[in-house]
Amino acid sequence: MIRFRMDVPGELEAKMDEVITHYPVKRSAVLPLLHLVQQHFRHINDAAVTWVANKLGLEPIQVLEVVTFYPGFRQSAPGKYHIRVCRTLSCAMAGSYELMESLCKTANIDRSHVDHHHPIAVSPDGKYSIEFAECLASCGTGPVCMVEDDFHEAVAPEKAAELLGKYQ
Amino acid sequence: MSVESVQYLPGKQPHARERRLTFRNVDRAGFDPSIECYLRDGGYEQLHKAVTMERQAIINEVKASGLRGRGGAGFPTGVKWGFIPPTNTKPVYLICNADESEPGTFKDRYIMHQDPHQLVEGMVISCFAVKASLAYIYIREEFPEAAKILEKALDEARAKNFLGKNILGSGYDLEIYIHRGAGAYICGEETGLIESLEGKRPYPRIKPPYFPAALGLYMCPTIVNNVESLCHVKHIIAMGGAEYAKLGTPNNTGTRILCVSGDVQRPGYFEVEVGKVTMGEVINDMCGGMKSGRTLKAIIPGGSSAKVLRADEKFKLKDGRELGIMDIPMDFDTMAACGSMAGSGGVIIMDDSRSMSWVLNNLNAFYAHESCGQCTPCREGSLWMKKISDRIVAGNASPSDVDELERLANNIEGRTICAFGEACSWPTQSFVQKFREEMKAGTKSEIEDRIVAGETELAAAGLVG
Repeated sequence: MIRFRMDVPGELEAKMDEVITHYPVKRSAVLPLLHLVQQHFRHINDAAVTWVANKLGLEPIQVLEVVTFYPGFRQSAPGKYHIRVCRTLSCAMAGSYELMESLCKTANIDRSHVDHHHPIAVSPDGKYSIEFAECLASCGTGPVCMVEDDFHEAVAPEKAAELLGKYQ
Repeated sequence: MSVESVQYLPGKQPHARERRLTFRNVDRAGFDPSIECYLRDGGYEQLHKAVTMERQAIINEVKASGLRGRGGAGFPTGVKWGFIPPTNTKPVYLICNADESEPGTFKDRYIMHQDPHQLVEGMVISCFAVKASLAYIYIREEFPEAAKILEKALDEARAKNFLGKNILGSGYDLEIYIHRGAGAYICGEETGLIESLEGKRPYPRIKPPYFPAALGLYMCPTIVNNVESLCHVKHIIAMGGAEYAKLGTPNNTGTRILCVSGDVQRPGYFEVEVGKVTMGEVINDMCGGMKSGRTLKAIIPGGSSAKVLRADEKFKLKDGRELGIMDIPMDFDTMAACGSMAGSGGVIIMDDSRSMSWVLNNLNAFYAHESCGQCTPCREGSLWMKKISDRIVAGNASPSDVDELERLANNIEGRTICAFGEACSWPTQSFVQKFREEMKAGTKSEIEDRIVAGETELAAAGLVG
């Protein structure tokens, strides 16, 4: 049996224990726990899947199937700053594909290997990673993108360098 | 405080045709999301009133108001609440659907960011009415800031006893928690949302039961309402159901938020009485018309799943009226009679510079990405439609591919567990039906195609060049 090691700080585990109390059924805490894991470790690896499963009394597959379904969970490490560009219609009409191109060019990111199962591309220096997101629900102010938890509206493609400059 | 005394931020004044209820405090000068500000403005007065009312009386007011769900399906909210079995002895749950993700829709974001206590108050009243003592706000993961603001609002409400044990001395206990999604559109489908909240993949449940009010979260009666719908409940209690029903038009009561995006001068959000403004007024008066030098080509009137309307279409109604696209009143019933839907209120405007093949391809990519994969027609069909429209955009399709697209869509609709099947096939059906010639014009002829295929085959066999 492969044994996974994972060091979860006491403070993080305390947060998880609190979240578990929000639900009458422990399994409901899968998503919130995975969010906490991802916030702390930046992505969710196999060790984390097993750890969360043990924590909630589930089989690892019951956690893994959740991780692999939701686009919001990552199984590989992103860059220091993770960028999500809205791809869907209103933003695309406002120039989100051009924004994506411009951000990639500025951050020296190659997206040629990107596919449905590997949506994230990382810059060679590990500073930025990027992916397209589906509708970020701000269609009136496109093109929009998120850098980490920050939301940016009406980001013209020529403003890519200015935007990335804020995240060093 | 009367509506007239409310001041808005410079450049953010509501349009004269607007009637602000749920968006009253959006872009309001001097208004902030704190509970102190909300209380100064008469906040939680309706909760004080509601906890002294009979539960059934609240439900009756909501029924009398005629409020129809603002998430997309337009189902009467009060009727939905009434589906909880009267003999029920299990716990009842209420979930606020804040998974706003229908392309073209951007209203709930502003309520949660700028006026979170309106949602909390509406929710507590609704929970009290349906006897829920545990409720969740299922918010999409891409709204981290809204989640934080709501978290703070809930803490503030708890500290003032608008939440928690024995709310305002009524003997009623309620707890509300935030539950964040993880980027999947299908979680907007209420049974998919419930599965997600149970910690599973959000595969929508087989119907019947048609409503989670019968069997929902943890197999208990569950009410799932959209953010905007729950906010309206507060105003229904304030005005009374009958008075609220005077807003809007018969069977299409109240106000709703229209979110306009695309090729207009001033995209944005507008809260209007349902059915009291026409599409033409929205585009020309509220949004300042089309971008200069451009003419209208097509409109998606109610979120990306709604069937597209062509600028020169004429719509014959049952009562004999014939409407042009600009004459359509923005309500549920007329929009349905015109062959589309008012849906989530997301209006996407496209001008003559837009390729309809490109637009459809963008939407097909969305649906292919978001299909949960549970039902074969949708899982395979949505990806197949995307691949065909990829070919059309790239100029590598044959004319019959355009017809094939429509055939595929026809074979998804009605053959899936949830309404995603319709949501992904309606754009394709309507774009192909209404822009078939344009889409075919960009394709190669069948003969040319066969020659290319034949040459490739011969080359592969080493018989030519």
